[in-house]
Amino acid sequence: MSENITNLTEATFDEVVNSATSPVVVDFWAEWCGPCKMIAPILDEIANEQGDALTVTKLNVDENPSIAQRYGVMSIPTLLVFRDGEIDKRIVGAKGKAQLLEEIGI
Amino acid sequence: MSSDVHEVVILGSGPSGLTAAIYAARASLEPLVIEGEPSSTGDQPGGQLMLTTDVENFPGFPKGIMGPELMMQFREQAQRFGADLRTEKATRVDLSQRPFKIWVGDPSAPEPTYLASSLIVSTGATALMLDLPNEQRLLGHGVSTCATCDGFFFRDHDIAVVGGGDSALEEATFLTKFARTVTIIHRRDEFRASRIMQDRAMANDKIRVLWNTEVTDVLGDQTVEGISLFDNTTNEISQLPVTGLFVAIGHRPNTDLFTGQLAMKDNGYLITDTPSTRTNVEGVFACGDVQDDTYRQAITAAGSGCAAAIDAERWLEIQE
Repeated sequence: MSENITNLTEATFDEVVNSATSPVVVDFWAEWCGPCKMIAPILDEIANEQGDALTVTKLNVDENPSIAQRYGVMSIPTLLVFRDGEIDKRIVGAKGKAQLLEEIGI
Repeated sequence: MSSDVHEVVILGSGPSGLTAAIYAARASLEPLVIEGEPSSTGDQPGGQLMLTTDVENFPGFPKGIMGPELMMQFREQAQRFGADLRTEKATRVDLSQRPFKIWVGDPSAPEPTYLASSLIVSTGATALMLDLPNEQRLLGHGVSTCATCDGFFFRDHDIAVVGGGDSALEEATFLTKFARTVTIIHRRDEFRASRIMQDRAMANDKIRVLWNTEVTDVLGDQTVEGISLFDNTTNEISQLPVTGLFVAIGHRPNTDLFTGQLAMKDNGYLITDTPSTRTNVEGVFACGDVQDDTYRQAITAAGSGCAAAIDAERWLEIQE
């Protein structure tokens, strides 16, 4: 995993999402999800390329079910994009890099 | 465009494509694998097994193995021998002359992205959807094409699985780990799934089957709240309150890219000169589910991938 990606937990989620000065992408994933594995290297690339312009994070739904529940995540991978602490985009399902960048809106 | 001509380009990276890659790499053909782009429908790197749970019938894994795990091992094995895997999707091919031309990205770009002396087509098949108006809207909000990804979110829920083949019954059985009840909706009066999958599903207390029944709509505002059903023997219409709908009604081959260029059957599957993997275009070989509407198993796909690599290797030798 890229060192530009932060692993979120139930304890750190709110602070990271609310205090970020850039848009925050949260990748809801789990070990048993094949498509999640396939988008992981793409998110690594995006995190490395965007640097400070985008905060890329991951949230393991197995270990942090309450956050997934709070945002009504019923399918993974789901990417939520937060701007100023509010959900701006919800991207459901695995996609290619170009499409992800377009949907994230950067 | 790279002016290099690759000896072998492989389109797709399920069991057939990656087996072809292993064989071609070991034959020092330095295969380039255009493995596809992530999606949640089966048309993606790793293929349909990326969406499955336990694979129990792949020889060599007596205790079974998770589909995604198996495909990660296929990948690793192909890379070990030098296969060049690119997470890209071919958007256009021109097979009218050699070297073959392959585009990635903008299909109307004047120059192709890659040139290939031989091409192995292993683009597989994509899961079919029901094509109902509310199905797309509620995808990811209760409608799912991936039981292994999404089953977790339906703990103690009442859910439904549509379909009657091995995938549908495997998903239904898997989903009973989480769900309170699983209703299988099947439009016929018997399953086409294998005996072992049927026996296992029918023996499960959480599973019931609605025979001769079709799903006509998905209900719910923000998330799935139910489905509308039509009984095709009595013409009765009913609604079933469920919070999840898992769709496993079959697949269609990913052959749109080859329309008008490669010979295919009426159902879209590529035609090969069996027992070889040759297509009607010399130098183009096809393997895996893209050309198999009979067996469609991981192991038969892998077997035909091996055959395609050997066919390509022998054909390349004759060209020199």
